Amino acid sequence: MAASAKPRRAAVIGGNRIPFARANSTYAKASNQDMLTASLEGLVARFGLAGEPVGEVTAGAVLKHSRDFNLTRESVLGSSLAPTTPAYDVQQACGTGLEATVLVANKIALGQVESGIAGGTDTASDAPIAVNEGLRETLLALNRAKTPGQRLKAVARLRPGQVVPEIPRNVEPRTGLSMGEHMAQTAAHWGVTREAQDELAVQSHRNLAAAYDRGFFDDLLTPYLGLTRDQNLRADSSVDKLAKLKPVFGRGDGATMTAANSTPLTDGASVVLLGSDEWAAERGLPVLAHLVDAQTAAVDYVTGHEGLLMAPAYALPHLLERQGMKLQDFDLVEIHEAFAATVLCTLAAWESESFCRDRLGLDAPIGALDRTRLNVNGSSLAAGHPFAATGGRIVASLAKSLEERGSGARGLISICAAGGQGVMAILEAA
Amino acid sequence: MTGAYAGFVNSAVGTKLAAQLGLPRPVRLRRYAADAPLVEGPVLVAGLADAPVAEHVRTLLSDEGVEVVDAVPAGSRLGAVVLDLTTVTEPGDLDLVRVVLAPAVKALRASGRVVVVGADPASATSVAQAASRRALEGITRSVGKELRFGATANLVLVAEGAEANTDAAVRFLLSGRSAYVDAQVVRVGPGTPAEPADWALPLAGKVAVVTGAARGIGASIADVLARDGAHVVCVDIPAAGESLARTANRVGGTALQVDVTAADAGQRILDATGRHGGLDVVVHNAGITRDKLLANMDESRWDSVLDVNLGSILRMNEVLLGENGIRDGGHVVLVSSIAGIAGNRGQTNYAASKAGVIGLVDALSVDADLVRRGISVNAVAPGFIETEMTAKVPFATREVGRLLNSLSQGGLPVDVAETIAWFSQDANAGVTGNVVRVCGQSLLGA
Ligand SMILES: NC(=O)c1ccc[n+]([C@@H]2O[C@H](COP(=O)([O-])OP(=O)(O)OC[C@H]3O[C@@H](n4cnc5c(N)ncnc54)[C@H](O)[C@@H]3O)[C@@H](O)[C@H]2O)c1
Repeated sequence: MAASAKPRRAAVIGGNRIPFARANSTYAKASNQDMLTASLEGLVARFGLAGEPVGEVTAGAVLKHSRDFNLTRESVLGSSLAPTTPAYDVQQACGTGLEATVLVANKIALGQVESGIAGGTDTASDAPIAVNEGLRETLLALNRAKTPGQRLKAVARLRPGQVVPEIPRNVEPRTGLSMGEHMAQTAAHWGVTREAQDELAVQSHRNLAAAYDRGFFDDLLTPYLGLTRDQNLRADSSVDKLAKLKPVFGRGDGATMTAANSTPLTDGASVVLLGSDEWAAERGLPVLAHLVDAQTAAVDYVTGHEGLLMAPAYALPHLLERQGMKLQDFDLVEIHEAFAATVLCTLAAWESESFCRDRLGLDAPIGALDRTRLNVNGSSLAAGHPFAATGGRIVASLAKSLEERGSGARGLISICAAGGQGVMAILEAA
Repeated sequence: MTGAYAGFVNSAVGTKLAAQLGLPRPVRLRRYAADAPLVEGPVLVAGLADAPVAEHVRTLLSDEGVEVVDAVPAGSRLGAVVLDLTTVTEPGDLDLVRVVLAPAVKALRASGRVVVVGADPASATSVAQAASRRALEGITRSVGKELRFGATANLVLVAEGAEANTDAAVRFLLSGRSAYVDAQVVRVGPGTPAEPADWALPLAGKVAVVTGAARGIGASIADVLARDGAHVVCVDIPAAGESLARTANRVGGTALQVDVTAADAGQRILDATGRHGGLDVVVHNAGITRDKLLANMDESRWDSVLDVNLGSILRMNEVLLGENGIRDGGHVVLVSSIAGIAGNRGQTNYAASKAGVIGLVDALSVDADLVRRGISVNAVAPGFIETEMTAKVPFATREVGRLLNSLSQGGLPVDVAETIAWFSQDANAGVTGNVVRVCGQSLLGA
């Protein structure tokens, strides 16, 4: 490829996910591999790929067992795809699914593969449990021991406290604060109200319910273990009902974050089929949209300079500049609802003259977003958020919504991730 | 072969008791297997006068490497008998049936076949000829009831000048594919059958749509169509998506989650077949039961059964059989039921829909546009088939359903599927407007 030639754009052909389940419920006994395989099976069936290879499958999980070192490849081998399909795992916390999409799309753009599947899976029910660090050291010493005497010595180091397992917690290792506590600080900083958060949560449920009712998910979702809709969805959710809930994050009178305006722990998986236009055309497959651009960013949340989940706010200006666009040019915007407050803080930051000037180095604020373009088919507050599966859910749904709006329609995806990171991407209807 | 009764009569004690009491003894039926011959054992082919169809049958059998004989060979058992009586003109001619079949039936193997070929009574030129032609139906149905050990008897009625079009029907009736088809009348008309390059893949390169493909009979239809070479677009309601995906991936086909009652179902199905370059075969299989005595029948039971089983088909056909729909020379297959023929207590709604399906076949098969485009329209009417639908039937009723037929057992979904796959063959283009029961010669509605 000549240096000046623009790489081609990868096509989003379609997607598939299983309904998301609340943790410790319907999918309690399903593993990450089970769910990823089920998602792949639905995708393969939808696009008639049984027995066929694709260029590569890229997916990951945030909560991952050590035995799942080859999670994606194992899922491929358990699926109906040709066993000659290569696969690898990626992990970027909640950005995993979107990052995987960008990786596959970039390889397609460069002509390194003609097709690929990106996705993610997560289970909060079947989470890996690590042995206590003391026990782990003792066991390793025992494993190294060569003589009976050394073995005895190693065993003698066992202590009752060591049998307490370590269950993964949703905590930032460098601050010891949960994601919710971090978010509560940012929400307080931006003065996001309880009412605004509850309204956003209700809208998410209403939008998702309406999307189900009009059959929007008929070709985006395959039922799993008897579940046909996202288990967390409450079609009858209302601001009055949500107002009754007690805050779970933050302290005292200023606490605004409840179980309803924060995403619940969820199990699920999603995948997206990508390809070159030629690959799609050869198979008579539809092209819903193209991946136009992507950007990641990270913030210094450890020193308290910036909020943990604010990185997407920093990624956007790069995209807008490269694409010569304004936020208001997007027909649709998907901001992952880690918490209702995440969305509201991000929007507030883009509206803030001082933030845009001091933090983003812009002459003028990015400005307000027409809220009727935001998360039009519901988002994580209603659907739930199996960490690595959220990216695939959004990419496939947005691609379909853009296609419904007509050729050239553009959509923005924003996903915040643990570790102070953010992933963004732009799709354009084919 | 399943069921408590079959288990009992085939147990050591049961076998003895059943023999003493003269109870029916269900046998394992001969069904399609990739490596099995068309018929096991020699086939006796006989006919009256110049017997024009017998000649075709001899040729196709020798093409298949099947031994053809003129009489029962000493010390050997027959795989089948084909009797060409297309030239009967008066009752006296019928005695040939007795002369040929009496020794042949005695020498017939388990799962053997009797195929009688006649001409259509409606086109007879004399009263005596019409009566004699019609007599063949009575003979065949009676022979079906006399045959044992899984053997069947069927009648092929050939229209004037369509003698060369009978190959696909004769092959089907002789083969294991027709295991549960017994005492049926198959009408072969003009059409222009196209012989497949390979009779083992009669649907090679075809694109088929099967509704209700997630489970039961529909899943079996997908299996058999794919086995015969077709690409299958498998349709079922979104809620059945998980098993639908399993069917689609098993057959290397495509899954389409669509409720057939949706207003745009036909268009969405057509769009899905577009990527495979066109549509050759439509199988309307999706169906439901919502049983209640008429006196207690509510509106929702009535409406849902009529809409899923009949209304949706009429709506989808507007698009699927329209200008940009099914290709010329394509095949439409519907799924009726013996309940639609005989009626059934508690099933006024279901019987209405399934009888309606027969009416639909009658009308569409003579539709001028479809006839011009060479599109065949047929239906199967399954009897008692072992599926999740019939597993819901109460135990006693279920056992009776299994036994009230000449083969003393329920059919399997694959038996229905085989008949549908046969209706879907270009080689079978002479067969249209037929309703073939897959019922083991059930006593209901016969
Ligand atoms: N099982 C029998 O003995 C028997 C006898 C006679 C006729 N039949 C007919 O055979 C057909 C298949 O029956 P089966 O026994 O396999 O039943 P089944 O209930 O096992 O399967 C029927 C399938 O149709 C699907 N379906 C139902 N409503 C649908 C809709 N609105 N849109 C799309 N798909 C829909 C179901 O989800 C299911 O997968 C039916 O038409 C039935 O009436 C069955």
